[in-house]
Amino acid sequence: MKDHATLAEAFIQDEARTNWHDETLWFVRQKRDKAAHGLPEWEQLREWASQIKNHTLSHMDSYLEEFERNALANGVQVHWASDAAEHNRIIHDIIKKKGITRIVKSKSMLTEECHLNHYLEEQGVEVVDTDLGERIVQFRHEPPSHIVLPAIHLKKQDVSDTFHEYLHTEKGNNDPTYLTRAARVHLREKFIASELAITGVNFAVAETGGFVVCTNEGNADMGTHAANVHIACMGFEKLIPKASHLSVFLRLLARSATGQPVTTYSSHFHKPKPGQEMHIVIVDNGRSNILGKADFRNALKCIRCAACFNTCPVYRRSGGFSYHTAVAGPIGSILNPNFDPKKYADLPFASSLCGSCSNVCPVKIDIHDQLWKWRQELTKAGHVPLMKKIMMKGMAFVLGRPALYRFSGASARWVLRYMPFMVKFKINPWYKQREMPAPPKQSFREWYIQNKKK
Amino acid sequence: MKVALFIPCYIDQFYPQVGQATLELLTKLGCEVDFPLNQTCCGQPMANSGFAAASKDCDKNFVRNFTGYDYIVGPSGSCVLHVKEHLKDDKHPEETIHIRKHIYELSEFIVDVLKKEITSAVFPHKVGLHNSCHGQRGLGLSSMSERVLPAFSKPEQLLSKVKGIQLVKPVRNDECCGFGGTFSVFEEALSVKMGKDRIKQHEANDVEYITGVDVSCLMHIEGILKRQGSKIKTIHIAEILNTEA
Repeated sequence: MKDHATLAEAFIQDEARTNWHDETLWFVRQKRDKAAHGLPEWEQLREWASQIKNHTLSHMDSYLEEFERNALANGVQVHWASDAAEHNRIIHDIIKKKGITRIVKSKSMLTEECHLNHYLEEQGVEVVDTDLGERIVQFRHEPPSHIVLPAIHLKKQDVSDTFHEYLHTEKGNNDPTYLTRAARVHLREKFIASELAITGVNFAVAETGGFVVCTNEGNADMGTHAANVHIACMGFEKLIPKASHLSVFLRLLARSATGQPVTTYSSHFHKPKPGQEMHIVIVDNGRSNILGKADFRNALKCIRCAACFNTCPVYRRSGGFSYHTAVAGPIGSILNPNFDPKKYADLPFASSLCGSCSNVCPVKIDIHDQLWKWRQELTKAGHVPLMKKIMMKGMAFVLGRPALYRFSGASARWVLRYMPFMVKFKINPWYKQREMPAPPKQSFREWYIQNKKK
Repeated sequence: MKVALFIPCYIDQFYPQVGQATLELLTKLGCEVDFPLNQTCCGQPMANSGFAAASKDCDKNFVRNFTGYDYIVGPSGSCVLHVKEHLKDDKHPEETIHIRKHIYELSEFIVDVLKKEITSAVFPHKVGLHNSCHGQRGLGLSSMSERVLPAFSKPEQLLSKVKGIQLVKPVRNDECCGFGGTFSVFEEALSVKMGKDRIKQHEANDVEYITGVDVSCLMHIEGILKRQGSKIKTIHIAEILNTEA
């Protein structure tokens, strides 16, 4: 499998498109800045959000039980899934039992993480993603490239081509209004006919047993209103203790994600409507494992706003697919190694450690510090290319020995000065697109001894 | 006040003029400056690549060289931050803590510890300031666009007193230049793309120089500028502050 550096290099080949991708996401970051800077209490909100999440993570067992108790009392059926396979099986069992064939699903990164669509397809069940961006990438058989803006890697022309192929829109008509109307007509048919609606969960409230689903398109609501069965899927970290805590999180979420004051639809679900079945699937899938690691547990505070994606200078210039996983970006780079350290060993290195992510994060996850810690963990576990290992050990050996360091430094300067062809060739990744620094005759130390030493 | 001068390895080898300017500047400001002769590297290149455990010798050597001073000052925000956050020597825990607590990047040392202004510098040029991430977000040398806090900048505060200087900010004032230590070679394509974009933003302001508190970022930017055949030059903040009429 290709690693991030290789995939990023391929992405950057099309520089005009890279610039467009970068600028599009930077525009979202700027909208976020405007919204955040409009609230004098922004930093206080972040602190509260962080504390509430930390507290909840520390009492996860009792809050989960409280949530289950209240949800059951509301007439909701609660299921527990220890991993992706169990999550998928639970949903398929419900579908099978009812003999359902028409299913709609609103946005849920958890179902992406569990590869639910793929699993159900294998069982002969078709799921229609109803978020516009998700539907576009679903038509194209692509995963989402961004957790909030799934089709952000595509231009109008690409969407037009896709809709022409699948929805028979006019070829070459790139008008966004025209294309959106076509999608709306297509999705309305799916909503009206749907027997089962799957949604994600943005926040689950322990004290009420209810949960909140945030969308900008109202597609979660249309799906659940029409269908007789509603299944909501959540990773257990979506839990918050009280309904009043939503006043912190709902203000942070949309501002951080898109710069809106609040999501267009923040729908509160508590109990099934008469004649409807409501299920909640609570998923672990490696989360307990993260909860048990002091250095990494606070990644579970994440509310999936993607502010860290939009701010990341690496993500903006390498695209979501360069992370080869469902949850890309900086947060993905610290979550994925928990699930498969070998497969995702490259991701914590896909960062210049600029620290923008940690500071933009509305729940104060120490993302760039965790990237650093993951680098140590992965190296310790041996998930490191041999050349890099030799290079680093060699550097450490030289730099840990003053006399050897001085000898090597002088030699390097000598080589650069008198035998530049030894370093100035294109396989040297520094020299490929950059000049080497001009070698001075004297090191600082040599100058100091000659001129300043008392 | 006994100050030890910390000159990171690549500055020692490739940018001695930055070390000289730093030393002269600190002396001018009244510090008694010593340069421990057996210093090498803080260990950051290895640690940031996942080999913190392998760079123990660097840590030990650092503690050996920099024990016994009131302050340690270096012209590189990134190396200073690394020492502050990660220096480790189990055999000398007290000395290690003292170093971690008393190591400063040059501009913050002048502003926060010496509490001085430099009014002697003259630099009649149009200069773009590059905010190096580790200095800015790590050491808190200036406010950042992500946070909703009062605006300030220690490097700007010092540069604003330089006679004749025309300081201009690029768009995306605190975007990373893409150096990132070994990121610059292991993610070469991305690193260079980030650097090219940063340069374009400074070019739009028609600057003659790009300055900053970190020679490493400047080395990366300089490498791209030279390859492009650009007229824009890079210069470390110490070199500007050390100028005289």
